[in-house]
Amino acid sequence: MKGLAKYIRPEVGYMIITMIIKFVATYAELWIPSLMETMLDEKVPLGDIKQIYLYGALMLLAAGLGFGLNICANRMAAFSSSRITKNIRHDLFAKLQRLSARQMDELTIPSAESRLTSDTYNVNQMLTRLQRMGVRAPILLIGGIIMLVQMDIMMALVLIALLPIITIVILTVTRKSLPLYTQQQTVLDRVVRVVQENITGIRVVKALSKTDYERDRFGKVNKDLSDVSQKAGLITSVSGPVTMTVLRIGQTIAVLLGAYRVFSGDIQPGVIMAVLQYFIMIINATAGVTRIFVMWSRGEASAKRVSTVLELPEDMAVEEAEGEPDANAPHIEFRNVSFSYTGVGKNIENLSFRLEHGQTLGILGGTGSGKTTILNLLMRLYDTDEGQVLIDGRDIKTIPNEQLREKFGVVFQNDFVTEGTIAHNIRFFRDLPDEALQRAAVCAQAEFIQEKEGGMDAEVVVRGNNLSGGQKQRLLIARSLAADPEILVLDDASSALDYRTDANLRRALRENYRHTTTVLVTQRISSLQHADLILVLHDGCVIGAGDHEHLMAECEEYRSIAETQMGDGKEVS
Amino acid sequence: MGGPGMGGHGMGGRFSRSERSGDRRQFERKKVPMGKLLKRLWQYIGKYRILVVLALILSTTSSVLGLIGPKLSGSAINAIRGIGDVDFPLVVKCIIWMLVCYILSSVLTYVLHFVMLKLSRSVSRQMRQDVFENITRLPVGYFDRFQTGDIISTVTYDIDTVNQSLSNDLLQILQSFVTVSVALGMMLSIAPVLVLVFLFTIPATFIFTKWITKRVRPLFSARSRKLGALNGFVEEMLQGQKTVRAYGKEKQVLDRFDEKNTDAVNAYAKAEADGTITGPSVNLINNISIALISTFGAVLFLAGRVQLGDLSSFIQYSRRFSGPITEVANIISELQSAFAAAERVFTLIDADPETPDARDALELTDVRGDVQLVDVDFSYEPGKPIIQGLNLHAKPGSLTAIVGPTGAGKTTIINLLMRFYDVDKGHIYVDGKDIRVLTRSSLRKAYSMVLQDTWLFHGTIFDNIAYGKPGATMEEVVAAAKAAHIHSYISRLPKGYDTVLSDNGTSISKGQKQLLTIARAMLLDAHMLILDEATSNVDTRTEQKIQSAMRTLMEGKTCFVIAHRLSTIRSADNILVLDGGKVVEQGTHESLMAEEGFYCSLYRSQFDSVS
Repeated sequence: MKGLAKYIRPEVGYMIITMIIKFVATYAELWIPSLMETMLDEKVPLGDIKQIYLYGALMLLAAGLGFGLNICANRMAAFSSSRITKNIRHDLFAKLQRLSARQMDELTIPSAESRLTSDTYNVNQMLTRLQRMGVRAPILLIGGIIMLVQMDIMMALVLIALLPIITIVILTVTRKSLPLYTQQQTVLDRVVRVVQENITGIRVVKALSKTDYERDRFGKVNKDLSDVSQKAGLITSVSGPVTMTVLRIGQTIAVLLGAYRVFSGDIQPGVIMAVLQYFIMIINATAGVTRIFVMWSRGEASAKRVSTVLELPEDMAVEEAEGEPDANAPHIEFRNVSFSYTGVGKNIENLSFRLEHGQTLGILGGTGSGKTTILNLLMRLYDTDEGQVLIDGRDIKTIPNEQLREKFGVVFQNDFVTEGTIAHNIRFFRDLPDEALQRAAVCAQAEFIQEKEGGMDAEVVVRGNNLSGGQKQRLLIARSLAADPEILVLDDASSALDYRTDANLRRALRENYRHTTTVLVTQRISSLQHADLILVLHDGCVIGAGDHEHLMAECEEYRSIAETQMGDGKEVS
Repeated sequence: MGGPGMGGHGMGGRFSRSERSGDRRQFERKKVPMGKLLKRLWQYIGKYRILVVLALILSTTSSVLGLIGPKLSGSAINAIRGIGDVDFPLVVKCIIWMLVCYILSSVLTYVLHFVMLKLSRSVSRQMRQDVFENITRLPVGYFDRFQTGDIISTVTYDIDTVNQSLSNDLLQILQSFVTVSVALGMMLSIAPVLVLVFLFTIPATFIFTKWITKRVRPLFSARSRKLGALNGFVEEMLQGQKTVRAYGKEKQVLDRFDEKNTDAVNAYAKAEADGTITGPSVNLINNISIALISTFGAVLFLAGRVQLGDLSSFIQYSRRFSGPITEVANIISELQSAFAAAERVFTLIDADPETPDARDALELTDVRGDVQLVDVDFSYEPGKPIIQGLNLHAKPGSLTAIVGPTGAGKTTIINLLMRFYDVDKGHIYVDGKDIRVLTRSSLRKAYSMVLQDTWLFHGTIFDNIAYGKPGATMEEVVAAAKAAHIHSYISRLPKGYDTVLSDNGTSISKGQKQLLTIARAMLLDAHMLILDEATSNVDTRTEQKIQSAMRTLMEGKTCFVIAHRLSTIRSADNILVLDGGKVVEQGTHESLMAEEGFYCSLYRSQFDSVS
């Protein structure tokens, strides 16, 4: 819980009040039997009917008090721990958003997901239950021990001698079970992954008739989950019976000791009886304490998983700017940029280029040649290993995130369409008027929107599965245009469009977004042949740079791609 | 497992709007009647009834042993009479027996834990498996309707909730019933008048329990549902994190998250707050009854109507026996959370799967690859036809290309060929057999398929390529990777074919993913091949290079190709030009070009550099 202490701290006062209320409630409930005994043993023989009614009324009062206060404390516990959980989740989600792609790869999405919901849920449950049950058992335990000591110190010593053993047992079990609960959550991540993969890949699984295989695969993680939780369960179940046995052995020793003390006349036989009563009370209370520790270890395992993520260092801080940017700087500049995802080999090597306002950069290259990487670096989704990326002369590392992101409109390959409406997808959480969406949709050639029932308000299902590939792409292009971006980044954004639509799109872009600087990754020569600058990439290196004419003349690679794409050549106008 | 579907007739993934406009598209919560729920739960628990019986025996024995203890200590105390008057042999004897009883009782308790763990793990494991198996049986359209994360939440959270209350509550409730009935019998035999105790307690508890369960059940349902919704949102947004970040909309997404989070947390707190009313309330009922009994008992004693001895044992008993009643009431309300969770679990287990294969369905063997579509009509939603009156004949070994503007229904044809959906009207024949009389698995095995959406799972590159062909050797996998021109990339990776593909797959490009799925298809030896924009993210040069391998792959196979790069389909035997769900033109490249129609203009447009 250490990592989460700062979330609990603000609620500590409230939680203490909860516990105090719980304490009073417990006390009120414990008061009832003693009231009853007093009434029966002392008041009834007196024959005073008023006293009897008084005690009856007191008992009712205690019952009512216990009821009211318990409910009050339970509610307070539920709400305070929910507030704590809410804040933990909020920060955890915010943190996950800030993680670099690299950190996310290490963490994995299924794990992030289960930490956010399942683990925080466990923490919530633990916090609630600890407050609810964490008072009564310790009170009874401590009360029982005090009364035992008062009753007979010698027999109490037997118990006190046993307490360290019990503590050791409980602590050992907790320590042993903790890693198992952690492991259980890790296996749960794998369960999440298999389910997730099967849902997203359902077509492939069915097409390849791999259903049985997937069932086996799930069966395996399912078994692992079952096994590890059984193991954890078996270890935690040790503490109950063992502490019980230890205490009961103590109880028998106490009886034997009592027998000698009675024999030698140190105590009355009645004392043994009372001692046994208190022993039973202590045993029951210890059982309660043991349960609390079991709850705690499950919650603690989850709390650790949550705080691990919260404590991850943050990559990519915004740096201090040095000096004023050059007023005549180009809009976008890459200066000797090198980058590698894995640290092995280079994904981009010593790349430099300049792009003025309103210009278009086209990037062409083989599969895996580093096209998307350039975009990732330009938008600072990754930091460069060497060299600088500058926008308007400022190193992007010095530009605050919001300012940097605002400049861009972007479509990634296979970009993300969410459940909701078309308008919601184009707007994408931004504060944009309907006209802007409309205008962007028209420019993006997304006339299909009008044909949909409900138009802009037409429903988009999970993962956009009710849209065709081309419809999705045009929706995404509309999204990228809607905020009138300073820089438009399109990563193979029109691969699913037929050529005619693609051509219309380019024309519309040129006419309506003249001042937008565009960076375009594509496989199609026709999409980028009018670009001001075209980079031809091969294995992270630029093997050709210039405009279409220049490259046709100078770059062998470019020419041959162009020729294969333009087919017979003569159809090229 | 997985009994008959609950209503509906397996309408594939089709759904009416009214059905969907409900509860933020979480899977619908049909109100399952309690009786049915218990019956379904019993189907799971009943399988392990031996364990249940064993648990009952163990728990009864260990409680009896636990009860003998005090009796023995009583005898021991009786043997300790006073100074110099202690029957030590008897005391020691009692103590030894006490130890035996207690240790035995502890051992039994542990065994009991073991049995209950076994039971609850087996049940929850079976439930998880059943949920998963039904997921794999559901029609593909089902997953367009519900958030993946919501479904995941059922597999994890809901089943865990059922599991937890099974392992904690089931035994207690059984034990309590045993104790209550034994106690009742004992009380009746000792003093029938004591049954009066129950006159207040039992009806009050009963009425209260009924009231509280009615009140908290919907709260627990909401708790499950909201957590599912939160998980759904989280799943979706984590998948789209790159885009959210690129647009700098973290704050706005976080706000949305907060809404869902608040909902989930409030639902939790409300269920918890109201659910925990039960304990104190039942205690209140008991305490009131104790107060009333002792007060009026005392008054009656003063009036000379009862003996003091009777009164005190009366009270003793009523205290002892109200315990289990409290417990039962408590557990019943606790069980509500399990019922609410089980409801969601069973909704998923009972969701209509794909219409099962006909009982006499044939295995499709010795495929020649003759595919014929006759007058096919199809729509995903009634009244919105996607395909109308489609006719097509693909002869064995022929190449059929499907072209047309986006949204014309090209991918739908693939869905129909693979029988992800059934046609509304008309027939599809493979080798002259209506595909509806064939088993789905044999039909699907007859095709290899490369889809636009590449799907790779978290595993090594080797496993991903070999996915469609279990037992493929390294040589075969390498050969396929070479043919797909992805081998040199793989061999440059530090771990080569053992590289594990990660979620974001940041270091692997979309085009490379496509090449991997092509390699996967190359390993299959199906007689029919479907390529749906299989190379849309692959650069032209690489595409050209793999063309030759593709041709080898396609040789002698009936192929269906969807592509925008018309150059890749010029050699098709039959080009199907779709527009608005109808075939507008059909023929070879030459004949269609000669027609100067839709295809011709589509083809020309790809070389149309905008001027």
